[in-house]
Amino acid sequence: MDLRFRDVAPTEEEREAVDVLLGPPSSAWDGGVRDDIRTARGGHEARERRDLLLPALHAVNDRVGWISEGALDYICRRLTVAPAEAYGVATFYALLSVEPRPRRVVHVCTDLACRAQGSEELCRALDGSLGPHGRPDGDGDVVWHHSPCLGLCERAPAALVLEAGECPRTAVVGPATAEAVTRAAAAPDRAGDEPPARAAVPQAGQDGLVLLRRVGAVDPASLDDYRAAGGYRALRRAFALGPAAIIREVLDAGLVGRGGAAFPTGRKWDATARQPDHPHYLVCNADESEPGTFKDRVVMEGDPFAVIEAMTVAAYATGCRRGFLYLRGEYPRALWLLTNAVERARERNLLGADILGSGFDFDVEIRRGGGAYICGEETAIFNSIEGYRGEPRSKPPFPVEKGLFGKPTVVNNVETLVNVLPILTGGAAAYAAVGTGGSTGTKLFCLSGTVRRPGIYELPFGATLRELLTLAGGVPEGRRLRAVLLGGAAGSFVRPGELDIPLTFEGTRAAGASLGSGVVLALDDSVDLTGVLLRIAAFFRDESCGQCVPCRVGTVRQEEALHRLARGSGAADVALLRDVGRAMRDASICGLGQTAWNAVESAIDRLGVFADGEKGRAS
Amino acid sequence: MTERSEEIKRHAPVVTRPDEGGLTTVVPLAPPRRLVDVTVDGEPVRVPEGSAILAACSGTPTLCYGDTLTPKNACRVCVVEVTGSRTLVPACSRRVEPGMEITTDSERVRHSRRLVLELLGSSTDLSTTPGAAEWSEEYGAWPERFGPRGEPSTDRDARHPGAHEATDGATAATVAQPAKVDNDLYVRDYGKCILCYKCVDACGEQWQNTFAIGVAGRGFDARISTEHAAPLPDSACVYCGNCIEVCPTGALSFKSEYDMRAAGTWDESRQTETTTICTYCGVGCNVTLHVQDNEIVKVGSPHDNPVTHGNLCVKGRFGFQHVQNRG
Repeated sequence: MDLRFRDVAPTEEEREAVDVLLGPPSSAWDGGVRDDIRTARGGHEARERRDLLLPALHAVNDRVGWISEGALDYICRRLTVAPAEAYGVATFYALLSVEPRPRRVVHVCTDLACRAQGSEELCRALDGSLGPHGRPDGDGDVVWHHSPCLGLCERAPAALVLEAGECPRTAVVGPATAEAVTRAAAAPDRAGDEPPARAAVPQAGQDGLVLLRRVGAVDPASLDDYRAAGGYRALRRAFALGPAAIIREVLDAGLVGRGGAAFPTGRKWDATARQPDHPHYLVCNADESEPGTFKDRVVMEGDPFAVIEAMTVAAYATGCRRGFLYLRGEYPRALWLLTNAVERARERNLLGADILGSGFDFDVEIRRGGGAYICGEETAIFNSIEGYRGEPRSKPPFPVEKGLFGKPTVVNNVETLVNVLPILTGGAAAYAAVGTGGSTGTKLFCLSGTVRRPGIYELPFGATLRELLTLAGGVPEGRRLRAVLLGGAAGSFVRPGELDIPLTFEGTRAAGASLGSGVVLALDDSVDLTGVLLRIAAFFRDESCGQCVPCRVGTVRQEEALHRLARGSGAADVALLRDVGRAMRDASICGLGQTAWNAVESAIDRLGVFADGEKGRAS
Repeated sequence: MTERSEEIKRHAPVVTRPDEGGLTTVVPLAPPRRLVDVTVDGEPVRVPEGSAILAACSGTPTLCYGDTLTPKNACRVCVVEVTGSRTLVPACSRRVEPGMEITTDSERVRHSRRLVLELLGSSTDLSTTPGAAEWSEEYGAWPERFGPRGEPSTDRDARHPGAHEATDGATAATVAQPAKVDNDLYVRDYGKCILCYKCVDACGEQWQNTFAIGVAGRGFDARISTEHAAPLPDSACVYCGNCIEVCPTGALSFKSEYDMRAAGTWDESRQTETTTICTYCGVGCNVTLHVQDNEIVKVGSPHDNPVTHGNLCVKGRFGFQHVQNRG
């Protein structure tokens, strides 16, 4: 590879940010001083660190606020990456910028749950106090943007402030007022503490909780607390059982993936464990970005050691020595708590070499996403970790055969993994006794929108939507439930008359809906449904990776047609939506394009939106 | 190195070995491949094991497929129905399996192909894409249904991922933009680009190993770009023109072709193609000279040529002016 650089020097600040991550350069070849031009170290060794490209881009972005030509050039030299490729990666992620911008960036969520709680008014007010979105304010200190779902739906409307610097600072504001956001934007360190994770769990402390039982009951930063509350019992049991028996337990328990696809976890583990090719990798998918989803955040913030323990069990069962936890970039507190959990676990030999004397070696690396919904797709996450654009790969080959770095890989969602702990401590039979035949165990539901007590609820599979909504207090006094969005932007709407749908994979499927990631977004009659559909369409247009035509152009045409329909254009545009939607579902490479029309379709077919040329407020 | 280019290289006659009679060039043959039985639209077809479905389905439209590249299967115009598969599958890259039942002409297949052509036709200038007009007619594509085309834009290189400009749906967004004319050899007219990734693959790991261009941005704003959208002379480009060779739409073209098209003098019916051997060095690359009115107007290279597989260097591709210096 003969790389050509642009020879723009990085600033000292940029160089330092990169060197803190990668260590000092070893020779002139990889960006060091030209004192000895005869030796060239770097090359293959540097290229093998390509997976540090995204962390290096983050390092500069965190330090300076954006990635200049000089910084990109230096990163490319350090890792022997072609600048055009690195530029392609840097421009893939919404949290990174290759244009100069202020050190403080405010992301104001305008997605579904926040929209239902007044984010539009908030944005209008911010246009006044911080200036128009997307443009730096008068002093050039702050810029604010509309953001897709920040996963703070129980505190809607929400905002996230990121401040670049030697010690990057973050602040979360929610429920946000224009004054609070403006204040936090001016001084993120004085924005006040976030409420603890427990505040997002209305059931906290109640009996019968399985996955949430430690949230609020233990100090999430304390390994001792975690162990005193039953932590690491599952891992000991796992070592006593051995890999094959663990997989048998998980199969017998009937655990299926909680990320949305509902694939049997035991089968995935078994297929990976059997692969002769080594090494095997484990990826914990914590890139929770489906609008309305915040369950993984609450688990990671409330019980972070459980995630690390569950990863260790999964790795032991499937023969992985290295695990990656891919965390979405918008979760600063989860990042801090998980980083702490990994460090504490290492200190106690719960990660690292010869864990608890079992002879099993395993360690976890945390990788931060850069603001791209698509990176939660199970193959896009590999590309993102490897330092490429987060574009999904074609399947086959499936991850169990060729996944991360081309090796057999298990990818599991956070919630799926933490389910493994009760399976091991209580046994498969006890686990499978909860729920229904087709959906075993308990499920976390993300209640948001216009309900009295939004938050994460844990219920055995089989509870009805009505029971869940009742638990959350229903819609506020004097309002009428208009629709419920099940499964998030990629899910579908159900009518108020369909509240007896059992919340199981088979039950929702039979009703023509899907559980997806467990989003239950209630919308009352005060919410403008057409606006919700336009937001969903804009979301998919923004988040499409752009690789395949049906999704790249189809999501644009879908948004355009919805705008015309909102102005009353009529049946021809509904037909057009159906045509485009069907091609996206049939011919897109990955699940994003395949589901980008689900919610819109269900709004037309089940809620009667746009029927008879009405303008979307049809009831 | 990708599987496909490895496969091509396996067939290259590059091994020379001494035998009783002296030196003989031999063509190493890959071991014979087993044949796999599949059905295509109900008819039995036998194709070599490991081939893509495309090998069994003649007449399938393709855009992003390149005969010298690993399929990217991004355009999705070649999708077919495979019994048992939830979604349609790309014929260019899905490999055949014994007993596979493939349907190429169902209403479902025709629908997706039509929509792909409509979506591309409404957003991209396909006027110089070979096959586009015929396929659009065959599948009844009607790109105008999405409304009048939006205005060309000049800011596509600076668009931030995850934030598109507000639309009201009155016009259909397009990738129309001014052509990039920043050197004397070739022009990048990205208003014609369907984002097939072939130029990136040819420039990067699959052939040239230059990595001058990549895909930047995301979604509808994704584009082929040098780092920081720098002009080509400031980039790593070595002007091998292998990107032009694989471009399926004419988005990349010789400056000579671009200028003649602009002047209205480009006329393929008056052109001859002559394949000869490049005179610059001893590698022996084949060059195909496209000549109009006794002037070389562009240079290609046969894709089945065992030496270069369609690739050339800057001299073979662009160094032809001396031939027509008529002092």
